[in-house]
Amino acid sequence: MCLAIPMRVKEIHGQADDPASFPVAMVDENGVRKSVRLDIVDRWPEVGDYLIVHAGFAIHTLDAEEAETNLKLMREMADHVAGQSF
Amino acid sequence: MLPDNLSDPFRDGELSARLAEGIRAAVQRPLRLMEVCGTHTMAIFRHGIRTLLPDAVELISGPGCPVCVTSAGDIDQIIELASMPGVILTTFGDLLRVPGSSGRNLAEARAGGAEVEIVYSPADALNRARNTDRTVVFPAIGFETTIPVIAATVLEARTEGINNFFLLVSHKVVPPALEVLLADPELAVDGLLCPGHVSAIIGARAYEPLAERYGMPCVVAGFEPLDILSAILLLVRQIRAGKGEVENAYGRVVGEDGNLRARQMIERVFEPCDARWRGLGEIPGSGLALRPEFREHDARAFFGLVPRSVPEPKGCRCGEILTGKVNPRQCPLFNTRCTPTHPVGPCMVSSEGTCAAYSRYGVR
Amino acid sequence: MTNKRILLDHGSGGAASRELIESIFLPRLDNPALAKFEDSAILDLSSTRLAFTTDGYVVDPIFFPGGDIGKLAVHGTINDLAMQGAVPLGLSLALILEEGFPMADLVRLADSIAQASRESGVPVVTGDTKVVPRGKADRIFITTSGVGAVPEGIVLGSNMARPGDAVLLSGFMADHGITIMAARSGLAIQSSIESDTAPLHGLVAALLQEAGSAIRCFRDPTRGGVATVLAEIAEKSGVRIELDEKALPVRPGVATACELLGLDPLYLANEGKCIVIADPGSADSLLSRMRGTPAGRDGVRIGRVVRDDAHPGTGKVILKTAIGGRRIIGPLSGEPLPRIC
Repeated sequence: MCLAIPMRVKEIHGQADDPASFPVAMVDENGVRKSVRLDIVDRWPEVGDYLIVHAGFAIHTLDAEEAETNLKLMREMADHVAGQSF
Repeated sequence: MLPDNLSDPFRDGELSARLAEGIRAAVQRPLRLMEVCGTHTMAIFRHGIRTLLPDAVELISGPGCPVCVTSAGDIDQIIELASMPGVILTTFGDLLRVPGSSGRNLAEARAGGAEVEIVYSPADALNRARNTDRTVVFPAIGFETTIPVIAATVLEARTEGINNFFLLVSHKVVPPALEVLLADPELAVDGLLCPGHVSAIIGARAYEPLAERYGMPCVVAGFEPLDILSAILLLVRQIRAGKGEVENAYGRVVGEDGNLRARQMIERVFEPCDARWRGLGEIPGSGLALRPEFREHDARAFFGLVPRSVPEPKGCRCGEILTGKVNPRQCPLFNTRCTPTHPVGPCMVSSEGTCAAYSRYGVR
Repeated sequence: MTNKRILLDHGSGGAASRELIESIFLPRLDNPALAKFEDSAILDLSSTRLAFTTDGYVVDPIFFPGGDIGKLAVHGTINDLAMQGAVPLGLSLALILEEGFPMADLVRLADSIAQASRESGVPVVTGDTKVVPRGKADRIFITTSGVGAVPEGIVLGSNMARPGDAVLLSGFMADHGITIMAARSGLAIQSSIESDTAPLHGLVAALLQEAGSAIRCFRDPTRGGVATVLAEIAEKSGVRIELDEKALPVRPGVATACELLGLDPLYLANEGKCIVIADPGSADSLLSRMRGTPAGRDGVRIGRVVRDDAHPGTGKVILKTAIGGRRIIGPLSGEPLPRIC
């Protein structure tokens, strides 16, 4: 149900306020380029943001900072564990 | 500094080992966690997560594989449409081997002359319809992650006046199914690993009524090793502390309120209805149907398909396996009538479902 | 050749057939045996053991990044011979063409076949062409056979792996499989990924020369991928194979495409790669020699053979995942398909 991967936005074509233009983002990951539909994305992306891509559509925009925050929380959890072990 | 590939940092081996250690340290008694989502089932298998967990933590697969819970009756209708002359059936690859009531699947229908094409996105299916005069049918399966994608495609079809594109709607939504599972007094599950991408759409708050009503710990999790292990650790800690709260361990993708635009898209095109889940039976309000203004794209209406109620196969105990009450060996069909190559219920249809895993690997 | 398309007449065996073969194939595949144009070619063998293989090629699309059905047919047949340690001596090439197939495409394929044959040093010594009415075949089907001579003293088998043996892989996995998948599923993915189709007889000869007696078997992981071949070896040899996920070579672009489509590189086809099972004492020198060959320059060690204690006689392949977990790798059950779940 949920297979979706983060891919980085390289270009954006179309306008946020013009759904009839069926806006897309060009994402690129390790040389794999794909156009991703932005019809249902929650936040309009900027170049450099990541999109969570499911079946050719973006379901979420996130930026590096949000990813880093999530990672930091996990690091803290792991550090807390290490603290408990000793 | 994050790399182009956002997944890599969440696959860190060292952090994973420490989180696994934390789980081991926090577990006090045997407990059972349900990983609701089929994609979690696959991810857990792929990374070998079970082998990092203490024996006391058992992970059981829930009903969260929309393909696997597509009823035999719906598959029969999909095969019926695919076999009609002039129809091109464009489908997600997942659906190809799901059996209908006679045990036949789409792959066999294709061998028998049905035109079945695999697509990655419903947008590809619509494109197929643009480039042909023939009738293109798309089995619309999937939960809240996929439903808005299909809704957007229907809207596009309408906007462009593409009238040879039809959906056979078999969408289901997750919360009503969770409600049914949690309402079962014999449910043998101590915590829920909630689906990450469905939650991106519906929001972490969607699980609050369930957590409150049933005192069930719910943690929203992503799909990389660190996502899953940190979520399990949070669940284990909640269980230890006697809590039943919703926590979001997938903050980079899931917000409290989810994706409003996507939900609006769903509401624009679809309305709730009852749906039949393979292995679980009929769950009221758990399905979606095209709204009247979009019914011109409804395959059942266009082809005049008669709904047929197909009973659950006799002896199938998937419902009890999904709720952790029974293990595969206790099902009379296991490895006799129901095998990985000829599955009956969703637990075997899913290549990594509880029964499929038991069957192929001997151990869970 | 003035026709722009294949006609049924071209498969009739008469003047049109002759003209087709003489104008398109003979000039390109020119060699003494073929020039005799008899029903079968006589190959002079000085060794006593003959390796003989046959293959069918039905790949769709017929032209894809990195190759085409013709190139695939030449390399695939050579590789089947090479995996048994044989020196390929000659190939047969039988084509079934659909009426209406564009002549320009056939010429393009003939050029490709000739080039692959020439560069590998393996002649196409005999062939056949048939044409079927439009709709009765999907453009072109190719069947090949190959014969090769197995040098004395070379004894290889998938049942010969022993606990302690090293498992080597000659390069990146899944390039071919993902290329075909991306080209087929209407995925609209642009990438620089291309098929890895390549002949392996040079690599095999080099390794046999380096440490022939240390090698248990060669296998090329085509359909079903590395996983299926290793599962077979483990089964036939009654051993377990342990793989290290961190050692598995996958190009970043291929990994991304696999993630996008929900595919596992371990199960996707390779058309220019070779698995080598060898005595651990020779693993380093074999790897070094492998990396000195064009086909094996990205060769790595991906795992080892171990005793199968828990279930004697039952082969299994176990993957140690990047996070230190373990997962059982079974043989391919069905055709890999893109998924959303």
